[in-house]
Amino acid sequence: MKSQSPDPGPFGVMVHKEIADHIRSWRFSILIALIVLTFIAAMYVSLANIKSAIGNTKDPDHLFLYLKLLTTTDNSIPPFHVFLSFLAPLLGISLGFDAVNSEQNSGTLTRLMAQPIYRDNLLLAKFVSALVIVSGLFFALALLMIGGGLVLTGVRMEPQELLRILGFIVITIAYVAFWLSLSIMLSILFKQAATSALTAIGIWLFFTIFYQIIINLIVKSSLPDPAYLTQAEIIRYNDLILNLQRVAPNQLYSDAVTTLLMPSVRSLGPVTMEQMAGAIPAPLPFKESVMIVWPQVSGLMASTVGCFALAYYLFMRREIRS
Amino acid sequence: MKDPIIQLKDLTKQYGAVKAVDGLNLDINKGEIFGLLGPNGAGKTTTILMMLGLTDPTSGTAFVCGHNATSKPILVKKKVGYMPDSVGFYDNMTALENLVYIGRLNGVPENELKKRSAEVLEIVGLAADQHKKTSAFSRGMKQRLGLADVLIKKPDVIILDEPTLGIDPTGVRDFLALIKQLSRQQGLTVLLSSHHLHHVQQVCDRVGIFVSGRLLAQGDISALSDQLFGTDSHVTSIRLAQPVSQPWQLEPELQAWEAITQISIHENELEFTSRRDITAALVRFLVEKGYDVIGVNQKNYGLDDIYQKYFESNSTKNTSYEKSIS
Repeated sequence: MKSQSPDPGPFGVMVHKEIADHIRSWRFSILIALIVLTFIAAMYVSLANIKSAIGNTKDPDHLFLYLKLLTTTDNSIPPFHVFLSFLAPLLGISLGFDAVNSEQNSGTLTRLMAQPIYRDNLLLAKFVSALVIVSGLFFALALLMIGGGLVLTGVRMEPQELLRILGFIVITIAYVAFWLSLSIMLSILFKQAATSALTAIGIWLFFTIFYQIIINLIVKSSLPDPAYLTQAEIIRYNDLILNLQRVAPNQLYSDAVTTLLMPSVRSLGPVTMEQMAGAIPAPLPFKESVMIVWPQVSGLMASTVGCFALAYYLFMRREIRS
Repeated sequence: MKDPIIQLKDLTKQYGAVKAVDGLNLDINKGEIFGLLGPNGAGKTTTILMMLGLTDPTSGTAFVCGHNATSKPILVKKKVGYMPDSVGFYDNMTALENLVYIGRLNGVPENELKKRSAEVLEIVGLAADQHKKTSAFSRGMKQRLGLADVLIKKPDVIILDEPTLGIDPTGVRDFLALIKQLSRQQGLTVLLSSHHLHHVQQVCDRVGIFVSGRLLAQGDISALSDQLFGTDSHVTSIRLAQPVSQPWQLEPELQAWEAITQISIHENELEFTSRRDITAALVRFLVEKGYDVIGVNQKNYGLDDIYQKYFESNSTKNTSYEKSIS
């Protein structure tokens, strides 16, 4: 018998179809395999080193077993969250780079637009369907890790740890969302899927590799020699450099997740001796960590929304021809 | 019964300096099949896109089914089925899945969807191929699936952009017959664009000739020919065995015939333009005067000539505005 579910409307129908398309696509299967493999490798390494990490009483975070599972490494491979700062953009780009132009090239966009649907619904459906899939993937991984950890170690989980891990997942999803909306925007801008994919990968490479080099070059050539500066000036310049680096979304992401996954991180900038005086090296409560990363999170969200708004602007008044 | 379902008023679309559509006024009545005839790049597709609100007109308005297509495109698209010139389908889905998807987007209730899609697939003759992936479809099959796509939403108006492009002659005949049958049975209004006049001639009640963004003439075929050539639409050309001397002594005598409006002589070819069909009288006259008639040719103006007349004058123009790929 048919269920009495309400009419999903054109938007629901489109999201449904897009999700089905993603799940059936080879591209997505390959990316899932890549991320799952990374996850397993990172878990394997951290499980091998978890004993020494927990036993290291000098580390104020040493009692957070599940956070340690995510961050411990013996330096043979980077921890999972660092891996993700490379892989998540790839995931976002690959799910979005041909969102609009492939439909246009195959002639389905005209057919779709001749149906009684709002144009923005198409964009939103592309965005939401990819995000639903990515969220499903990351939540599944996180819950698997927690469950596996519980079974293997039998250690009780702190509520704080759960919140931090969920926060980490949410920020990762926001990070993927940024790259997704960027690549959807590029897929509207460029007619060829290959061009938009290359451009998106170019932007990604620029921010992960070249951006820091360029900042360093500019800083070295234009800032005065630190030896002649007062401490206050050095701190001011340091802040400036950090803020410049934070233009890069991957910097925002790694700042945010590091703070969430390492409760003892108190500040993302330089800290003066006066500020440190009297501070006990102890983990921060969850709320405080969230307060520290809030600017990063809102920065990520803002750039996501910005890209999406630009995509919307480009798409709404564009002439649809095949 | 004049009940315009499509009303275009001073519709203009400008791309930079080029006017793709220039002050188009057109009424299409309910239940008729209207053919928009024009060469490539005449602005046919642009006009259609403006009727569906897929492109904004620079000025003027397009009313379709009583709604302004620019400000209320959703209401228009509920009533209008559009088949683009290069119709595309999702290759990874079967014909039925493609169709059902469009049906769902149009809000066809889930319990009715199966029945209705089977129905339209039967109408277009694809029932046997409905579980094939559309990537395996031929151009003609895609075209028919495109029609099924249009029909599943039960439209009032069907707009077909170059529906006969790239199908073989039998396919074209079947397709056009299908369109005509559908229009007559269900009272659908059909607007089809084409640069292929014979196809248009076969099915259309009315034809509009569209060149360089302007509608040069409209009406049924005989009205068009009248509009173009006035009433002097009979031309008889007669070939003689020997060239006639210049000036020809019989010319003044023939000029005196009240039916003849023009005589042109080119060596042994005589061409008479007349108000009535006077071919027989002319031949008799020439034979009596001792000329050896070796060929008589009577010209009737058909769409071909109409088409030719309009397009010849435009063929010298630059074709910088072709179908914009961008």
